[in-house]
Formats: sequence, structure tokens, C-alpha cells
Amino acid sequence: MRPVYMISGGITKFAKAHPRKDFRLMVKEAYDYALADVPRLTKEMIDGAVGSYFSDHFTRQLKAASMVQDYLGLCPKPSKRVEGGGATGGLCFQSAWEAIASGRMNCCVAFGFETMSRVNTWKGNEFIALASDTNFDFPVGGFYTGYYAMMVQRHMYEFGTTVEQMAMVSIKNHTNALYNPYAQKAKRLTIKDVRESPMVATPLTMEDICVMSDGAAVCILASEEVAQQVCHRPVKITGVGSGSDAMRMADRPRGKVILLPHESEADYRHLHYPGVHSFRGGRMAAKLAYEMAGITNPLEELSFVELHDAYTSSEIQTYEDLGLCRYGEGGQFVESGAPFMASIEYGLELPDQGRLPVNPSGGLLACGHPVGATGLMQAVFAFWQLQGSIEKHLGNDQLQVPNPKRGLIHSHAGTGTYITVSILEACE
Amino acid sequence: MKAKGTVVLGVDPLIIHDDYHIEYHHSYAQDSPFFVGLSQGKLRGSRCSACGYTFATPRAHCMECGAPTEWIDLPLTGRIHTFTTCYYGGELFLEETPFTLILVEFEGINTLFLSRLKGCDPSTVRIGQPVVARFAKTPSFKVTDVWFEPTGP
Ligand SMILES: [Zn+2]
Repeated sequence: MRPVYMISGGITKFAKAHPRKDFRLMVKEAYDYALADVPRLTKEMIDGAVGSYFSDHFTRQLKAASMVQDYLGLCPKPSKRVEGGGATGGLCFQSAWEAIASGRMNCCVAFGFETMSRVNTWKGNEFIALASDTNFDFPVGGFYTGYYAMMVQRHMYEFGTTVEQMAMVSIKNHTNALYNPYAQKAKRLTIKDVRESPMVATPLTMEDICVMSDGAAVCILASEEVAQQVCHRPVKITGVGSGSDAMRMADRPRGKVILLPHESEADYRHLHYPGVHSFRGGRMAAKLAYEMAGITNPLEELSFVELHDAYTSSEIQTYEDLGLCRYGEGGQFVESGAPFMASIEYGLELPDQGRLPVNPSGGLLACGHPVGATGLMQAVFAFWQLQGSIEKHLGNDQLQVPNPKRGLIHSHAGTGTYITVSILEACE
Repeated sequence: MKAKGTVVLGVDPLIIHDDYHIEYHHSYAQDSPFFVGLSQGKLRGSRCSACGYTFATPRAHCMECGAPTEWIDLPLTGRIHTFTTCYYGGELFLEETPFTLILVEFEGINTLFLSRLKGCDPSTVRIGQPVVARFAKTPSFKVTDVWFEPTGP
């Protein structure tokens, strides 16, 4: 496999609705932004593209990625669509990585989008729930927030995780987003605000859940040769991993933990894993990505993480899958302050504030979740972090992690059915 | 769920009329006996013929070893493994809110079963609570032909 670099990225503002722009125009805006950042990259140097969007129902258009391909003027170059639920963007990023790593392409565009505003929120929830088993799960009351609520009820039962700890995730991500002009839903919150907002599915309130969005994101990946030729500060992709689990939560086994190098079997003698409280696919994705990148202790060796926080609860669950803390300690991890930004005031007592910032961008909770764009948006923010160019792209440097060496991005589908983890590193 | 008439187009395999803007002839195929079982007051799961793994939500082949499974009758009583009460939902289910979802665990069965909990105050629901299966008198040939009610605290 050849080394692969990210050389540019672009995103549209994520918004509740972009009624004046269809999906082609949203992608075009993100694409032009990315191209403007690498002016030496010519159209002839681009070998092909991978497109991602989640739902044909939302788009009301099959083969929508083909319409983007021609809108960007990339015909007749190779192209395809990648779809994998909420992990669509992460899978698209890794598909472009594969094109470069294999030597098939020297430069590949990964683009993603979703237009979720064309149906009402509850019809949208119904579309999303169709990504659960339509014989055994959907008819019972298909609703993803309900599924995640059941998972966190069990997490609370097994490990003593609290709703206040979950609220801290909401405060962190919504506050970070105050400094991110691309975000949809930035605001200051208190634990009381989160708990007193309308209950959606016990124990998850409106402020524990991400919102639907319209938006697009673009990443440009390249070989070492192209990266050196056109980009003054490329970022190397040093690890990719992905994992899966059974579509139905009810089918998840209760066996042994998949261990990371810094863990031992004795840590989990009494844990029935993954059950419905943990994401085995996320642990597998992390393990594979860490092996490729040579990471043995993620908490020590990562500078920041952008993870798939569709729910405050799933951010806590994901800390554990990624090995930032042990299984069961996710609630304490957020309480310690470790995943908060060091230099931002949150109105909370945070003893270990800023040890490993998680979702400096604001994550899905505050940026929004236009599904096909989300995993690529994470890559764009991670790329800007590692370039040290957050100020240039966001207009302020509040969210710039100081001297970042290595970032992790994490994209997640269903109740943990497809999950990707990719590792990006700054170049000396 | 409101009672809706269901047009049955075939019984072997069981095929019902379903609609979601588009009209489907939706076949339950190899899972058909489960849905027929609900109409007879039975909850049918699967046991692997090779490794013995048992599934509360049936499947014709074992997820662990790939061997064919055989049908088993599940106990009609179990315990709540986890739960939530939904105050919002997908458009199709909005009128039914609030409703309570549970995953049911059965003694000696390796996997769980998703269902609704009825007949109790949502604020009293807890993990480990014993529950019993109830069946619709008029089958819809959908998984909602079965639900659970608490038998104790
Ligand atoms: Zn087996």
C-alpha cells in the first residue's frame, strides 16, 4: 500500500434548510472551496471521485451522485456512490483512501451531502428508522432515538452513567460550536437546560440529540507525489479501520471484550460484551486503525478526536470503544473534563480540562448531521486542525488545538452496524 | 397500535399486503413461521442445530457458526433487559406516543426480543422486571401481534 495524503477540504454551512440550493450546488460550493485552497491542482490531475449520501428517500432522486459528478465537471472520470447509513461519509473517505493506496488513482475527490429538509422532522425520523430491521424492529415503533435510549438505559444500569454526565457532553459540543461558523446549532447550555428541554425518549431530551441538516463536504486525497507538488501542508492518513455488528440490537452477543494493547482481560472479568451498551464494531474499527497507525495508547498518542455524537450517550459509549478510557468509565471521562477544550469556559468544574479534546468542532450535536456529509466534515475539521489552519478557515483560532500531531475521526451507522475510524497525522 | 385490516396474499410463505407510499408484496420468506406462530399465541425462536446457540428473534441460519437452525417455542414470560418511553417518534407512530419499548430477555436464550410494554405506568418500569407476552386477538401478521405486560414489580 502507498502512503495517502489529504491535501484539501471544503464544507458548506450546515443548516436546517438550504431551500435555494439543491444537493449538486451544495457539493459544488464545498468543492470549489477545496480547489481554491490548492490552486496548483488542475482538473487533469484529478483521477476520479467517490460520492456519498445516505437516503434516496430524502433526496427523492436515485443516482444522485451521478448528477453531482456531472455538475462538478468530472465526467467521464471514474465515479461511484458509497452508502452505509450514518457511516456513509467515513466509508466514502476510506474508499477514496483505498483508491490512492492501491495505486489505482493519484488524486481522488470524496464528496458527500444530504438534503434532509424536504420532509418534516418526523417523516425524516421515519426514513432513518427504515434503516432498522423492517420485519422485527421498525413496526414496533421505529425510532432511532428510542433505540439509543434503550442502549444508554443499559449503560446506566451496568456502569452507573448519569444523565448529568450526558448533559456535560451537550454543553461541551454546543459551546465549542460558538466558534465554528459552519455549525447549525451553537449555544450556551447548563445541565438544567439540557434536562428540562422536552423529553424525546427516556432519558434522552431534545438537547441530547443531533438535528437534521442540509449540507455538503468535500475531501481531496492524493499520493505523495501529487501532495508534494500541489499542497504546502498535506496531512498523512496513517490508519484506517472499520467494523460491523448485527443489524438488530436484540441479536448482539454477550461475550468477551475485544482488547486494545493497553487493556487486559482482567479489566473486564464481569462484563458481558458488547450487549446493547457498547459498540463492538467501533472497537474493531479502532483496533484496526490503531494497529495500522502504530498507536498503543490512544489517550496519550492522540491530540484530538472528532467522533460521531448523534447522541450525548453515544459520545460517552464511543470514548470507551476508542479506548480513551475503560469500558464503563465513559461517564467519569467526561466528568473529568478531559474531552473539553483547554481554553474555553464552559461554566463547569473540570479538573482535567483539555487533556484530549473530543469534538472541538461541536460534533454532530451542534454542527448538525447531514448524513452523507458528516463523516467528511469530520475529516475536513481534522485536516484544518493538523494543518494549523483553523483560524484561516473558521475566522478565529478558539478551536485550534495547540500543536496537534495526530487526530482521529470516527463515523458510525445504525445502532453500531458499520463504524469507521481513520487516523490523520501532521507532516513535519 | 390501531387495528388495521391486513390483506393476506399467500400463506406459504406468508405474504401480506404492506404499503409505504409504494405497494409491496412483502414476503417473510424463511421467517414466515414466526409470524404465523404469533397468530396462534406462540413466540417462536431458533436454536442452532450445530452449536446450540439460541435466538429470541428467529433466524434460519446461526449467526455464530452458519449452520441451519430449528424452530423452538420461547417461554411466554421473560424479564426487561432495557427500556425507554418514547414521547416522539417517526411519523407513522407519532399518534401512538407515548409508548414504551423494551428488549426482553428469556431464561436460557442467548439473544433478546424487541417489543412494546403495555398495561403499566411508564414511570414504574425497571430493568429486571418480569413480563408476560400477550397476543392480538385479530392478527395483523406483524411483529406487533405480540406485546408484553408486567407481572410484578
Ligand atoms: Zn451455530
